[in-house]
Amino acid sequence: MLIYDTRYRSLTFQVIAALVLALSFWFLGNNLIQNLRAAGLNISYSFLGETSGYDINQVLIDYDSRSTHLRAAIVGILNTLLVAFFACITATIFGVIAGVLRLSNNWLVAKVMSVYVEIFRNIPVLIWIIIIFTIMTAVLPGPRAFRGDNATASMVLDLFAFTNRGIYIPSPHFESGLFDSAVQNWLLVIAFLVGSFFATRRVSAWATAKQEATGVRPSTFWINLAIWFVPVILLMLIMGLSWEVPALKGFNFAGGIKVGGPLIALWFALSIYTGAFIAENVRAGIQAISKGQTEAASALGLRPSRVMNLVVLPQALRVIIPPLISQYLNITKNSSLAIAVGYADITATLGGITLNQTGRAIECVLLLMLFYLTISLLISVVMNTYNNAVKLKER
Amino acid sequence: MSTELAFVRTEQIPPSPPPSSAIGPKKWIKDNLFSSIPNTILTIVTIWLIYTVLMVVVPWMANGVWNTSSLTECREVLQGKTGACFSVLSERWNQILYGFKYPVDSYWRPNTALILLAFAAAPVMFFDLPRKMLIFTAIYPFLAYWLIWGGTILGPLVALLGFVAGGFAFMRLSFKSFAAGFFGAIIAAFAVWIIGGGLIPETASENSLLAAVPSRDLGGFMLNLMLGVTCVSLSLPLGIALALGRQSNMPLIKGISVVFIEFVRGVPLITLLFVASVMLAYFFPPDSTVDLFLRVVIMITMFSAAYIAEVIRGGLAALPKGQYEAADSLGLDYPQAMRLIILPQALKISIPGIVNVAVGLFKDTTLVSVISMFDLVGMIRGPILASTEWNGVYWELLGFAAFLFFVVCYGISQYSQWLERRLATDHR
Repeated sequence: MLIYDTRYRSLTFQVIAALVLALSFWFLGNNLIQNLRAAGLNISYSFLGETSGYDINQVLIDYDSRSTHLRAAIVGILNTLLVAFFACITATIFGVIAGVLRLSNNWLVAKVMSVYVEIFRNIPVLIWIIIIFTIMTAVLPGPRAFRGDNATASMVLDLFAFTNRGIYIPSPHFESGLFDSAVQNWLLVIAFLVGSFFATRRVSAWATAKQEATGVRPSTFWINLAIWFVPVILLMLIMGLSWEVPALKGFNFAGGIKVGGPLIALWFALSIYTGAFIAENVRAGIQAISKGQTEAASALGLRPSRVMNLVVLPQALRVIIPPLISQYLNITKNSSLAIAVGYADITATLGGITLNQTGRAIECVLLLMLFYLTISLLISVVMNTYNNAVKLKER
Repeated sequence: MSTELAFVRTEQIPPSPPPSSAIGPKKWIKDNLFSSIPNTILTIVTIWLIYTVLMVVVPWMANGVWNTSSLTECREVLQGKTGACFSVLSERWNQILYGFKYPVDSYWRPNTALILLAFAAAPVMFFDLPRKMLIFTAIYPFLAYWLIWGGTILGPLVALLGFVAGGFAFMRLSFKSFAAGFFGAIIAAFAVWIIGGGLIPETASENSLLAAVPSRDLGGFMLNLMLGVTCVSLSLPLGIALALGRQSNMPLIKGISVVFIEFVRGVPLITLLFVASVMLAYFFPPDSTVDLFLRVVIMITMFSAAYIAEVIRGGLAALPKGQYEAADSLGLDYPQAMRLIILPQALKISIPGIVNVAVGLFKDTTLVSVISMFDLVGMIRGPILASTEWNGVYWELLGFAAFLFFVVCYGISQYSQWLERRLATDHR
């Protein structure tokens, strides 16, 4: 028998596996073909070029109901990336604060933080999204409440309006931009910020060189602060930055940027939910650094802030970052729950309305999976690169 | 007159107590709450926060109304006071737990299944219990299926007999070789299922002891629990197989496992549920009807199997190489080495991770509400909040749902921590 001969055993098993695999693929494919033929369907992606015929309430690029399904899908992709990006930032902030405070000497604060972590980790994120969506729609006042002399609601600082149709915030404009289009003006601002980043890198390299030459590290805090803020503020003054404040016009607010309730609900719920998980990662990372490290650094005469910056954090980050990145991946995947509150992300546009309108279930779901797979593969490439970069260099 | 010069003491004075600031609650408060200025500020802010939250929640809960039949009635009783309308819970209790279609006179069936689940799970969870209880655990899935879905008992019985026959075939043949036992077991099981399935009369389910309940009638928290328990228990063996496949040095087997695991982990569960609801039916034979519950179970099982596989792979990788070599040098073949040496240790290491996956999966069962199955969240957002009586009762319902999930998930994670301490045989 082939399976008793160690020379051929592995080959035999693989041939059997290949046969089983081919057989099951043939079975599934055959069923698919027969079912499609019975239903009079075919696999075709031409529906992407057809007019979508539905409106989307939250768009980042030009879109209306005469646009194609493909454009609707792109709107969805951008919306997914938008909410995922902001949720990653805020979740990190919540997580780091909660994780550090959970290790605080203050008994009360530590207990409150562990209650936060336990409550949010043990309740499904879908329920959190719905709860916050309910706050947005059922608790916040309608635009009508802002009207009249004895209005029951008022704008916060006269700049922000919290209504049940969404949150209105002031939007920045350039009066005398150097370019005609707003996008190019903003790109210029971003270019300045990138320039500042590289300038601060040069400053810190200069400080290190000076420290190695003289033994004294010059203070760079004020220089860095100036590099970050002075050029950008000057640029904004030159281009005439002005803010358009939302105001009540007719039955609704006009002007400013409208951030819809579904977006807020999804963003905030993902942030606090994932923040609880990140808090645990941060706590584990800090606790993973043995006390001897801190004590050794203090014994060398380092100040507490430098102990943190030079000894504890670099080691803790090595532990924290990989789970942190997989939490970011989780945020991106959980943002597909947008469909539950009607935020137009890729799952809601391509996998929801487009699928229902065209009936192209297989194509839509496959494209949807392809998008998420691409994102997660990209993130895992980043993660592996990072892991290799910070890996302990051992022989 | 006797003069006593008793200036030299004959006994020691008892030590005076430490100053009140250095002992007792005062010191504790000083050290833990007000040790420095930032700490004091933090404490005051936290106390204020807790106070604000309690001031809202406590009157709301304390003024709760438990026995009205609609929201308007409840508001009349409250007369403008803040208070919860918990009466939605008492009035819709059955819908929250069982969905709105499960026959009312059969509620004892899922209840019994839940109680029996405790007995079936006990020997798996607590090792001190007699091992004979595992026999009941093995019977339980078939019993629970029969209790919840009803219909003829012959179906589950044939399924059970198939497994028994497979087990016997494996025991008889595995002395020869594992492969022979494995394939023999599969053939024996299928033989019993096909023959037994043919023997069940068509009319068996009509005059059965328990009335048949179609699976679209399942709902409420029962549906979450059923999906959670079924998918976790099905995905464990699949996950172990995938983890071993990923460790294998046969390129094809390894490739299949890696592609499967990475694919499933790369997409959100919701897309897999879309597959279950709109796409999977195309892949079954044209005349077959596979109901939505089964399709969802298939997809969720695949999903959690991929995650469990990664956890177990971590456990396998954490074992020292000496364990593998020791197994080889004892002359054990691959199945023996895995069963007797590698997997018991690797699974022990992976238990916390597996429990994490199980908790995550249980929470994710709420997503089935998106593909219009009426689980707990689906019931709340659908039939209950849409009804004229209870339109607008958000906090009581969502709070109760959150509470149910919190109790179950927190319980499981506490169990996992206990198990971890219990299994920590090293570092004593």
